Amino acid sequence: MGVEQNQTLGNGFFTTSLDKLVNWSRAKSLWPMTFGLACCAIEMMATGAARFDLDRMGVLFRASPRQADVIIIAGTVTKKMLPVIKTVYEQMPEPKYVIAMGACASSGGVFDTYSVLQGIDEELPVDVYIPGCPPRPEGLLYGLMKLQEKIMAERNTFGAAIGIGDVVKEA
Amino acid sequence: MCDQASVEKLKSRFSSDVQDVAEFRGELTVTVEKSRIVEICTFLRDECGYNFLCDLCGVDYLGQEPRFMVVYNLYNITTKKRLRVKVAVDEKNANVDTVSGVWSTANWPERECWDLMGISFNNHPDLRRILMAADWEGHPLRKDYPVQGPDREPYQGRLS
Repeated sequence: MGVEQNQTLGNGFFTTSLDKLVNWSRAKSLWPMTFGLACCAIEMMATGAARFDLDRMGVLFRASPRQADVIIIAGTVTKKMLPVIKTVYEQMPEPKYVIAMGACASSGGVFDTYSVLQGIDEELPVDVYIPGCPPRPEGLLYGLMKLQEKIMAERNTFGAAIGIGDVVKEA
Repeated sequence: MCDQASVEKLKSRFSSDVQDVAEFRGELTVTVEKSRIVEICTFLRDECGYNFLCDLCGVDYLGQEPRFMVVYNLYNITTKKRLRVKVAVDEKNANVDTVSGVWSTANWPERECWDLMGISFNNHPDLRRILMAADWEGHPLRKDYPVQGPDREPYQGRLS
């Protein structure tokens, strides 16, 4: 978080930038939308359960898009399911992030066919791609940590929150 | 478990409409005339005891005439016997009378057959798409439908 002990104010005080405070609070309480599409969702459930325990990272699955910060596209996106995913994504409040979990969500995977969307990035802005078929829970954990790093690197998040300018995302 | 007796009954009742009877590995297949399918199915249900329609599906024999076939897999729950009934369907006139009045379970398989094969069913109570999205164009299980969809270049094989 870039916390510095303040020498002039004495013990009990520290200084940081407001951007870092906002980024820290966002990165350390990433609430994903509970939304599984295929076998990747089984790994996502395993990641959330006791053995891997996403809760310890502040990642709590929410059953409502209104309370979610990130949507994990966990599985094959069929063209019939796409309108539902887009509706759920649009219902999520800003700031919102997208993780493409596994080969299907990233590129269509083995389903190179008329009924399957060839990667969710054709429709939603993806922040993190996780390879694997399906990725192991370690893979999803690593992807979430990468997303946290990405959020921590955003600039002007406080300014954007009070209506001054836009968030500058790292290229 | 061949039910030759039912086939003989069917032949004596609909002699001119039974086009072919084939037996392969204990499975009986009867090919019948398309226009009489509802009467034949009603006869098989009422007189031969075929009270359950296991499945109804379409087959695309691209390049042959007639192009399609609709296959009815019947089961007699009492005697545990099976019978397969087929009708040939022409591409230009791709429709069959519905048997959903004979077995009401035929409703959804006929919708599926319409959705994926493009064979329509006359007098069907609710002939909508069932698997593909409602605004989908084309019938994807036809042999001449591009596997990767009409809006994409077909796969050319590995380039390197």
